[in-house]
Amino acid sequence: MLAALILFPLFFAALAFLLPWYQGRSWMLPLAGTLHLLLASFLVVGQSPVAAPGAWIGLDSLSKIVLLATSLLFCSCAFYAVDYLKLHRARGNKVMAPCLLIFLSAMTLAVVARHLGVLWMAVETTTLASAPLIYYNRNRLSIEATWKYLLICSVGIALAMFGILFIAYSALGGAGPATLQFDRLLAAAPSLASPWLHAGFVFLLVGFGTKMGLAPLHTWKPDAYGEAPAVVGALLAGGLTSVAFLAIVRGVQLMGAAGDLTMARHALLGMGLLSLLLAAVFMVRQPDIKRMLAYSSVEHMGILAIGVGIGGLATYGALLHLVNNALTKGCLFLSAGNIQRAFASKNLSEVRGAIAAVPVSGTLFLVGFLAITGSPPFGLFMSEFTILRGIFSGGHTAVGVAFLSLLAMIFIGMGATVLAATQGETTEKKVLFKDRFLLVAPPLVLILVVLLLGLYIPEPLRALLQNAANLLEGKS
Amino acid sequence: MHSLSNFCLLLVVLLNFFTLGSARLGACIRAVAIQGGLLALLPILSHGITGHTLLLSGGALLLKGLFIPWLLLRAIREVRIRREVEPLIGYVPTLLLGALITAGTFIFADFLPLLAQHQDGLFIPTALATFFSGFLLLMTRRKAITQVLGYLMLENGIFIFGILLSDAMPLMVEAGVLLDLLVGVFVMGIVMNQINREFSTINTERLSALKD
Repeated sequence: MLAALILFPLFFAALAFLLPWYQGRSWMLPLAGTLHLLLASFLVVGQSPVAAPGAWIGLDSLSKIVLLATSLLFCSCAFYAVDYLKLHRARGNKVMAPCLLIFLSAMTLAVVARHLGVLWMAVETTTLASAPLIYYNRNRLSIEATWKYLLICSVGIALAMFGILFIAYSALGGAGPATLQFDRLLAAAPSLASPWLHAGFVFLLVGFGTKMGLAPLHTWKPDAYGEAPAVVGALLAGGLTSVAFLAIVRGVQLMGAAGDLTMARHALLGMGLLSLLLAAVFMVRQPDIKRMLAYSSVEHMGILAIGVGIGGLATYGALLHLVNNALTKGCLFLSAGNIQRAFASKNLSEVRGAIAAVPVSGTLFLVGFLAITGSPPFGLFMSEFTILRGIFSGGHTAVGVAFLSLLAMIFIGMGATVLAATQGETTEKKVLFKDRFLLVAPPLVLILVVLLLGLYIPEPLRALLQNAANLLEGKS
Repeated sequence: MHSLSNFCLLLVVLLNFFTLGSARLGACIRAVAIQGGLLALLPILSHGITGHTLLLSGGALLLKGLFIPWLLLRAIREVRIRREVEPLIGYVPTLLLGALITAGTFIFADFLPLLAQHQDGLFIPTALATFFSGFLLLMTRRKAITQVLGYLMLENGIFIFGILLSDAMPLMVEAGVLLDLLVGVFVMGIVMNQINREFSTINTERLSALKD
């Protein structure tokens, strides 16, 4: 079943590549997305033990959460992509559609991997599959963004490979054969050679941290998110970063099992706070709405790292935050894409009064901004509040104060840009683009889910999040 | 066997230095190709001849030693690069930095507890030194193609470390890693071609429009 979840997007990718019919190719995306979402929900709900011990792929509570979030995000983006591609007919979809599907497959593989080598391979494949997507617009700026993305992420991931090899080496001296199978490593964790494990974790954190966009390794992010099409930006900011975070979490789990959780937590906490700080600095007076979203992504990756770095209740909050962030980023990027199309620009010097020009997209963007900055009653308020409760109840007052003040700074900085872009008279006399159903329904659905998560968390989801947090804390 | 693999590893380190100090792009590519070929010997030298090591060596030789260098050489013919590596910092400082890094990795490797059978081998310091030399090459050169070369060298470093662990790394994963490398260089090649078409140069200093 699980293997099917990885393989069928590849099949659809091949189909999309071979199909000579433009619209048909586009429709492969929502078809695969819906099927993926259905199958993934079925697998997540199903109680049956999905993975044999020692298998290379399997589902645990952590991967279930990320799988659900990315699958829902991809499905919405896929519907959006149909009309998006229709509007960009001249650029074609012969590369876009298959690459998106390969990207989905690689992301799924990375989420369900139970073998560190497979995990690495899958994450590297996501880089390669998404590079052509970033280059979709085929101009000088997008080529620059693509080159930086490709090089920085490949080198970063290479560091993660070193980390994985170090971890394997740490198992070499102990009892039993050396392995990279995750469950076996977890079982053998107390006997791992700790200098190698520590070095391995640091490399892993730096490597996958690059992919996740934790400061100071985030430099590719504003460029790539700024130049990529809206669909791709949404998938990178909501999906890929969550997947990379899961990869780091695997390292944390291992450190926890080996009894070295403190070191892992301090490292995460430091990088998380630095990410918040850098995001706050660059967010103020950011004239480019998509680059602003990229810095917002850096911020939220920082929040995730802080959540796991604090531990306890904050871990639960971080996992909830992961879901909320993924879906809200989807809404923001997709509506920002519509605004960009209406004004033929994404710069504040030209984008004014988006609500007047494209009412639905403009409103969605504004609402998405309120959600992402953690205003009640959206889901992110709940998750950020939970993390904050975890911070203060854990006695980390200084961290809590820094966290709150940086969030306030980001709220003000982001608000200035978003309000200027959405409110007021529109500068555009002849609007190039009107809201269309397929281009506003997906972000609407995403933001509604986030709203729902703020008002009410269904019991099964709560149990899943709790299980995942326990897994991360080393309590089973 | 041991001394032979150590000799290979020593050559690998020397090739790192050669690449860091060389001004000619073609020579750099050939040096990295020879390095790839040397790496192909190592699995057999350290683990003996088995199906696993034969496939691994064959894969490394084909990809790292022959195919990818051939692609790169063809690329420089096509975009007609003449003068050549264009370092951001001079060759001598790069070489000095490389020497410092290499010394550093030997010291670092001494601090880590090695298994008895790896005590007198050069695997771990060489792997790290090659990795960081690749990193240095990547950071200090302007041409996109030299950056790809740095990436290749960095992957070579990982490969050397991986040989120590071939019990832990299933063949399929190793094949996947090699495949990722190949596709990676391919995609980089395509992007490089586009850079050349768009800017009429593959000098990455031109890629500086995006910043905050």
